[in-house]
Amino acid sequence: MTEAAHDATDFAPPAEIPEMELYHAKTWVGKYVWSQDAKVIAIQYSLTAIAIGLVALGLSVIMRLQLGFPHTFEFIDPSNYLQFVTMHGMIMVIYLLTALFLGGFGNYLIPLMVGARDMVFPYLNMISYWVYLFAVLLLVASFFVPGGASGAGWTLYPPQSISPGTPGIDGGIILMLVSLIFFIIGFTMGGLNYVVTVLQARTRGMSLMRLPLTVWGIFMATILALLAFPALFVSCIMMLLDKTVATSFFMPAIVSLGEQTSYDGGSPVLFQHLFWFFGHPEVYIVALPAFGIVSDLLSTHARKAIFGYRMMVWAIVAIGALSFVVWAHHMYVSGMNPYFGFFFATTTLIIAVPTAIKVYNWVLTLWKGNIRLNVPMLFAIGFIFTFVNGGLTGLFLGNVTIDLPLSDTYFVVAHFHMVMAVSPILVVFGAIYHWYPKITGRMLDDTLGKIHFWITFIGTYSIYYPMHYLGFEGIPRRYFAYGDTDFMSASAQDLNAAITIAALIVAFAQIFFLYNMAVSWFKGREAGDNPWEATTLEWQTSTTPPTHGNFGKELPVVYRWAYDYGVPGAELDYIPQNVAPADLEKPKPGEGLEPKG
Amino acid sequence: MPFVIALVVLVVASVLFHFLSPWYLTPLASNWSAIDLTLDITFWVTGFVFVAVNLFMAYSIYKFRYAKDRRSDYEPENKKLEWWLTGITSIGVAAMLAPGLFVWAEFVNVPEDAHEVEVVGQQWHWSFRFPGEDMKFGAVESRYVNDDNPFGMELDDPNGQDDVLVFSPTVHLPIGKPVKTLLRSKDTLHDFAVAQFRVKMDMVPGLVTYLWFTPTKIGDFEILCEELCGIGHHTMRGKVVIDEQEDFDAWLELQPTYAQVLAKPRGDAIAGAGQYGLCASCHGAAGEGNALLNSPKLAGQGAWYLRRQIEYFKNGARGAHADDLYGRQMAPMAGTLFDEAAVENVIAYILTFPDLPSAKTVVGDIDKGRSIYNTCGACHGVLGEGIAALNAPRQAGMSDWYLVTQLKNFREGVRGAHDDDKYGMQMAMMAATLQTNERINNVVAYINTLPGKPERVARSAPLNLPSSLNSPVTIASLEN
Repeated sequence: MTEAAHDATDFAPPAEIPEMELYHAKTWVGKYVWSQDAKVIAIQYSLTAIAIGLVALGLSVIMRLQLGFPHTFEFIDPSNYLQFVTMHGMIMVIYLLTALFLGGFGNYLIPLMVGARDMVFPYLNMISYWVYLFAVLLLVASFFVPGGASGAGWTLYPPQSISPGTPGIDGGIILMLVSLIFFIIGFTMGGLNYVVTVLQARTRGMSLMRLPLTVWGIFMATILALLAFPALFVSCIMMLLDKTVATSFFMPAIVSLGEQTSYDGGSPVLFQHLFWFFGHPEVYIVALPAFGIVSDLLSTHARKAIFGYRMMVWAIVAIGALSFVVWAHHMYVSGMNPYFGFFFATTTLIIAVPTAIKVYNWVLTLWKGNIRLNVPMLFAIGFIFTFVNGGLTGLFLGNVTIDLPLSDTYFVVAHFHMVMAVSPILVVFGAIYHWYPKITGRMLDDTLGKIHFWITFIGTYSIYYPMHYLGFEGIPRRYFAYGDTDFMSASAQDLNAAITIAALIVAFAQIFFLYNMAVSWFKGREAGDNPWEATTLEWQTSTTPPTHGNFGKELPVVYRWAYDYGVPGAELDYIPQNVAPADLEKPKPGEGLEPKG
Repeated sequence: MPFVIALVVLVVASVLFHFLSPWYLTPLASNWSAIDLTLDITFWVTGFVFVAVNLFMAYSIYKFRYAKDRRSDYEPENKKLEWWLTGITSIGVAAMLAPGLFVWAEFVNVPEDAHEVEVVGQQWHWSFRFPGEDMKFGAVESRYVNDDNPFGMELDDPNGQDDVLVFSPTVHLPIGKPVKTLLRSKDTLHDFAVAQFRVKMDMVPGLVTYLWFTPTKIGDFEILCEELCGIGHHTMRGKVVIDEQEDFDAWLELQPTYAQVLAKPRGDAIAGAGQYGLCASCHGAAGEGNALLNSPKLAGQGAWYLRRQIEYFKNGARGAHADDLYGRQMAPMAGTLFDEAAVENVIAYILTFPDLPSAKTVVGDIDKGRSIYNTCGACHGVLGEGIAALNAPRQAGMSDWYLVTQLKNFREGVRGAHDDDKYGMQMAMMAATLQTNERINNVVAYINTLPGKPERVARSAPLNLPSSLNSPVTIASLEN
């Protein structure tokens, strides 16, 4: 039983279904623009997500300038400040992280790691990207319509998201909602693809319990997303109707800026339930791929089998399932029936258990390993550190009582940035440093990578760790300025200034990363097929970067789990998944999967 | 190695930061010490895990750093260890959750002897209502809300007649008595939060939410709105003053009941004409203003605004600052309006003046001013017409030089800094975005291009409440 996961003697079953036939594009446009190759689509997704993410990074810099040095910069006023806050949050959570983890890493890694030639619906996959791009463009367009982008906060709570007194209640919010609708449509096309590919297109011998945890994370996250996004989808449609034809799904009778309105009978709290029914799983839509990827980075670079693989898989599944019954912990002080607090506090703290198990297992993977501190490994360990911190502060907010003083303060901002921004983005960087050699065939520069890591890791921690303490003091979030708030200590402003300086340094340090990515593409050291000496299938391709179809003439056959590092008696300290027990005596590392016939 | 040192340093620094941080919970001023205790327990449990996990990780990285001739240990699973860790974690989680749930049960169940006060939120103000002697709140409805009936009181409800209405954002509460706040919003989400009381709750239009606490310290405590409610969110401030019981009773006595508000006499413009004589020497016979004497135009300004400013001048909330030369001239003049009737009369008279546009003297870049006014318009109206419901006076067509002076006063803390001038404080926070005099000139130059219009009257005034009942002089009654 225990051995099943990493049993190398398990015989690979014979092929049951014919290999999929791919349409090979003939033209450059067909290969790289209207591409149906998941790997090209992945790059399209990633570059688009990174580009729009840089916009959101810029917005955060502007926000920090106002918070650190209030009223110094004339171009920031209370209304565009709220627009920056809103767009920063929405872009980062959905258009960057969701798109990058699922559309980017999902597309690149799923077919390669499960041993498939491509996603099962390549054409749909292509459309998915172009719909996503359209959604991004709609969102960007909202900056330029009269009244500007929505300033309702990324949570878009009605009534204020569509009633006067909030910026962007005309074109801005409409474009935002329509853009989200398109994002969800595009995502659904991609998401169905990822799920079906994982379930149906795994190569021979690749049982579910032999899947690399990266695939498990992305797979589970996609299922969550397919179940959660519809809640956002209907909220967007209902809010659009409230806005454009004055229905009252979410709008009660209100007097807006002194004027009676025609709204009556709707419920703002209903919107919050729908939003967070999506919004909380969304946290795990971002986190689970990060969990999976970081597991693989740690195992590979520590040269050690991931500790407790089955527990890790079940933890992913348990977290995924539990994430659908905790949503109202975002709403303890929303005015919902306060008795809900008992239920949601309990479920929320229960979710800490499988999450803690994952952390223990990561750390125990390092124990008695043979740790190579390559750049991806630095980011992976940095992730553990920030994730432990951010996860633990979640226990404050999830515990309904403690949420009373801390809700809506900077503690919340610090918590979710630590756990949902810094941690996943460290994984994103780690993953890029890790797979870039496969994607481009060249290594990223090590020195630049290390500079990038140290500034990003120490910098982000010094932004968000002290920020919790502003929250303890009771300093509210989403404030343009504080004036002389009675209970605020004078030095709180100094801390805000210090945080801003740290944020500026971190933001500008990303130039090292962008420069590294751009230059190494052409000038980086040749990577070879398997520079990290990793076991998973993507490193066993016959060419690097892999061509369309991934695996040459024959698909690999899988004989073992993904974590055979340091196997006693083996010649090398790793055994690729496709090495048959019989071939163990003469493994062919780095040589890849040459067609055997 | 540097990485290991960095991790250890980060752990140590985080712990030190926690103990040395000057930023921490504000001194508690309510009964909710149990919340602080739950937080402390959580701190100890999570702090231990934070230190233990990270130091263990740092040690592993150091101890098992790469060596060419070494292999990692092959141990894919260790069921026993995994179950132990799961068990210990579950105990730790339960240790944090249990006290949390107990305290929450306390929070959800309001003590029977709690007295009630209603907190009303709107963009971007607070007001309050006490149930009066019958201990029962009168019915309110959103559709009854208008400038004359900001609480939306149902006119005929007998329970409402003795309700005490607090129109200002400052409320007093007695020390040592549990209080249940009923939270209501007129427009968007808000959140009633006082840091020192620890508890907070959103206010949702269409719902009445609640929280309770027992104040334990005499003093002033700032109310913040902590649910994003639009452009003025950060300026939505109020104050809870915790008094001894007798001081509280005395304060409550001064606040009008709904019946008293309804019964207020109208101002008499003819009587006001006499009282206006003194005013006329500076402000002009028809309230047209006189720049040479630093006296702004009064004609066309909202009655509610004139009334409030006269009150402020009388009670020192305005015109007391050393640098407010002209305000200090006005203060004793306002003092000559002895009583409420005199104030109402003179306002009634001012409202009879023709509203002629004042001369445009300020020069600035109108286009730049327009983008600045984007924010101002949220309260003062896109036409500069002023919105009484938002306590934002009319700007268009008023003395432009006076706007410039006042914006500078607000920015420099000359006006709006007094504790009793919460509305002025809001404006001061907004004026802080006008960093330079050039920006002030630009926005005022843009205001000069605005048409303005008579203050808005609620579109659908409730049928059962004649608008003349509440305040003696309203725009509505003037138009008749």
